[in-house]
Amino acid sequence: MGVAIEVSDLNAWYGANHTLQSISLRIPANHATALIGPSGCGKSTFVRCLNRMHETNPIGRVTGTVRVGQTDIYAQASPVEIRRRIGMVFQRPNPFPTMSIYDNVASGLRLNGFRNRKILDEVVERSLQQAALWDEVKNDLKKKSGASLSGGQQQRLCIARALAVDPEVMLMDEPASALDPVSTAKIEDLIFQLKSQYTIVIVTHNMQQAARVAENTGFFLNGKLVEFDATHKIFTNPTDKRTEDYITGRFG
Amino acid sequence: MTRIRFHRKLDDLKERLLVMAGMAEQAIQRAVEAYRVRDLSLCDLVVRSEISINSFEREIDQMALDLLAMEQPMAIDLRFILAVIKINADLERVGDQAVSISDRVRDLQAFPVVDLPVDIPRMASLASAMVRKALQGFIEADAELATSVLTMDDSVDKLNDTAFFALSNLIKEQPHYTPQALHALMIARNLERVGDHATNIAEDVIFWVRGADVRHHLST
Repeated sequence: MGVAIEVSDLNAWYGANHTLQSISLRIPANHATALIGPSGCGKSTFVRCLNRMHETNPIGRVTGTVRVGQTDIYAQASPVEIRRRIGMVFQRPNPFPTMSIYDNVASGLRLNGFRNRKILDEVVERSLQQAALWDEVKNDLKKKSGASLSGGQQQRLCIARALAVDPEVMLMDEPASALDPVSTAKIEDLIFQLKSQYTIVIVTHNMQQAARVAENTGFFLNGKLVEFDATHKIFTNPTDKRTEDYITGRFG
Repeated sequence: MTRIRFHRKLDDLKERLLVMAGMAEQAIQRAVEAYRVRDLSLCDLVVRSEISINSFEREIDQMALDLLAMEQPMAIDLRFILAVIKINADLERVGDQAVSISDRVRDLQAFPVVDLPVDIPRMASLASAMVRKALQGFIEADAELATSVLTMDDSVDKLNDTAFFALSNLIKEQPHYTPQALHALMIARNLERVGDHATNIAEDVIFWVRGADVRHHLST
């Protein structure tokens, strides 16, 4: 089951650039939370701090606390452990191009030492079903490579790959921005299904998408979290003028 | 992603609604004047203007529908378009009330003019002032001005109640004046409805500006 994420006084830098400034918020478990804001506002940096990806950049630095469930991820866990508990899907689908569909999904488990064929078969099928891709690929699991699928299928394959290691949280950084409307609808339906089991954080530039899939929405601007509230409140009657100006297209 | 074209279309929508509002307000004034001086030519003007008001209603609804479908408005813009759709319907009904008053004036022509215990011009002036103030609130995005309209509705309601009792008594005491009294009663009722439409418009302005639903005495 998903867990809540508690962020306190989070700051992040790229070199001297203070990209996130004193972010504090609580992301509820088993809900989808959307993060919106103009390019460069810090929302992607924020999600990269939630699974310790930010520090993989040589000039990246983080201070503050991020608790995932009971775990302080910067003080009490290794980056590898955290990235297993917190899956991530990126804007561009990135299946391993030379691997089969099956091997793509099984790769995370194999990296964690799983070799039992029966368990791997079960996990691959379950993950592909959760990602709503099973019916489309079940006959080609080992025949076709991940790269042979359509863009929308590749993105769902990446989601299946992330689900295979049984994470508690799924981070999605603009997961549908490179997809056509039909594939986008499938990803959104999937987010809806998945949130009963996982905590989902989705970065999106598409405000209608945020409104459709997320219960809560945060608006970032210039490295600060301007407003965090129920999605219906943000999109019908936001409290902060800057949020209103952004979502109504009066600046940006 | 500044949406200049979209915001220009919102301005156009507002402008069209205000033209329609002017026509609806004028229709009420003409209908009441027709009652006061028994002028059937004014009644004709009211009936003709209703055709234009109805055509404006359809045009404004279509503009609002296009904006909802094509622009996916959010927050204050979304509330604005919803408010326009509702104000549009209320203004069209204000036009209907004017037509209804004109019909009464025509019917009254068949009866002698009598001095009735009801101050129709005063009711009309109060109800028109409510409409004007609510629309001023809409023009200026002024929720406080709109709020002041809500309290005015009580005065129109009271005048309507007073007219009801006075005209009922007249019918009892002088039954030969029943047709005139009944028509006056219906006109008072029409004007009371105009006050209600003005109240609705004011509530829609408050919703647009503040995002607060104050209908049915709610104040969220």
